[in-house]
Amino acid sequence: MKQTDIIIIGAGPCGLFTVFEAGLLKLRCHLVDSLPIPGGQLSEIYPKKPIYDIPGYPSILAGDLVDNLLKQIEPFKPEFTLGERAEKIDKDEAGHYVLTTSRGTQIKAPVICIAGGLGCFEPRKPPIANIAEYEDKGIDYIIKDPEKFRDKTLVIAGGGDSALDWTIELSNIAKEITLVHRRTSFRGALDSVDKVMELANSKKINLITEAQVTGINGNGVLKEVIIKTQQHGEITKAVDNFIPLFGLSPSLGPISEWGLNITKNAIEVDTLDYSTNVKGIYAIGDINTYKGKLKLILCGFHEGTLMVQSAFKYIYPDQKLSFKYTTVTGITELQ
Amino acid sequence: MEENVISITVLDRTENEHILEGPTDMNLNLMELCKAAELEVEGTCGGMALCASCHCYIISEHELKEATDDEEDMLDQAFFVEDNSRLACQIHLQNNLDGLVVKLAPVSE
Repeated sequence: MKQTDIIIIGAGPCGLFTVFEAGLLKLRCHLVDSLPIPGGQLSEIYPKKPIYDIPGYPSILAGDLVDNLLKQIEPFKPEFTLGERAEKIDKDEAGHYVLTTSRGTQIKAPVICIAGGLGCFEPRKPPIANIAEYEDKGIDYIIKDPEKFRDKTLVIAGGGDSALDWTIELSNIAKEITLVHRRTSFRGALDSVDKVMELANSKKINLITEAQVTGINGNGVLKEVIIKTQQHGEITKAVDNFIPLFGLSPSLGPISEWGLNITKNAIEVDTLDYSTNVKGIYAIGDINTYKGKLKLILCGFHEGTLMVQSAFKYIYPDQKLSFKYTTVTGITELQ
Repeated sequence: MEENVISITVLDRTENEHILEGPTDMNLNLMELCKAAELEVEGTCGGMALCASCHCYIISEHELKEATDDEEDMLDQAFFVEDNSRLACQIHLQNNLDGLVVKLAPVSE
């Protein structure tokens, strides 16, 4: 089992910067994130958008801020468990937390810092009443192994990059693909759009636009989908698999069952040190709430900074902590 | 009409009518106005047209600015989308929107 001083749940900007502040106090951190790359919303939602309220940067692209933060925390050698969701926490005899992820990875630490932002990103599921019944029985929200779809009849729904890219890739593997999209135009990379149009024109795929998948039928396994079109009314199509690709949306997930006080999807904290009602668990950044809360990256940086001071005292109750400026002491790498 | 204040009617998901007064000189959008009135509008992305949690339907006949590509792209990822679907965060409060009637779109889980 991996061991560290602080388990940080969420590798967004606040989680990343907390590694720096913890490192100054010689505390080690292990970051866990359900996304496969660090950066949280900045990487997942708006990497190419400029941010104007990071002190010292008149403007910085979200993706660049993440790169800079990663560089800034390098000396403190954080460990990462990415692409795995923080699932449950237990306590060992010594009172340390053991965090288990969705893939069974276990990490032990005296302190947990939840910097989970909006929660974990999960595939957006179409509001079809019986859809849950057919998950993994013909409905896939994420494609892990394209070979699974060899010689199958597929319906893909969506109009973004992932819908276009998978349509292209699977067009060589599947027996038949129908792409269903709400509009006649597609967003996504231009050459992908061209490619899909080419596949449609050469009848290698069926393209149904101005349409939405509104229903599914089957008997234990998926048999058919119902496509509502603007021009031809309802079409029923026999399929092996239905792949809805509508991007990701955040939800609080398993954290909501850890006994923390939660108001409106946010964790209540004490602004003295951003501690929660559970000893040894802190919450910083967009996921916490308190009187006067502002969901800003710069506020999250402040919260992480104060939080590690408290975490240090919690881990080493007998040690004195003297505050030092980095300008005076520089950065000492953790070994 | 009071100067620079407009009235917007929002039908919530249980068809309850809320009449909101909104200032037009504060660069506010409809999502922010709904949130300020504590209506159930998530506004997850903060108004960047990067989620669809403020999806609504325009009920009245007001002429709105056309949706940008960003907004249309996001509506592609939303559900229950109709011809009159818009993202409230992309509707900026302006004097010509006085009397606007909108309905909040259902949320999927």
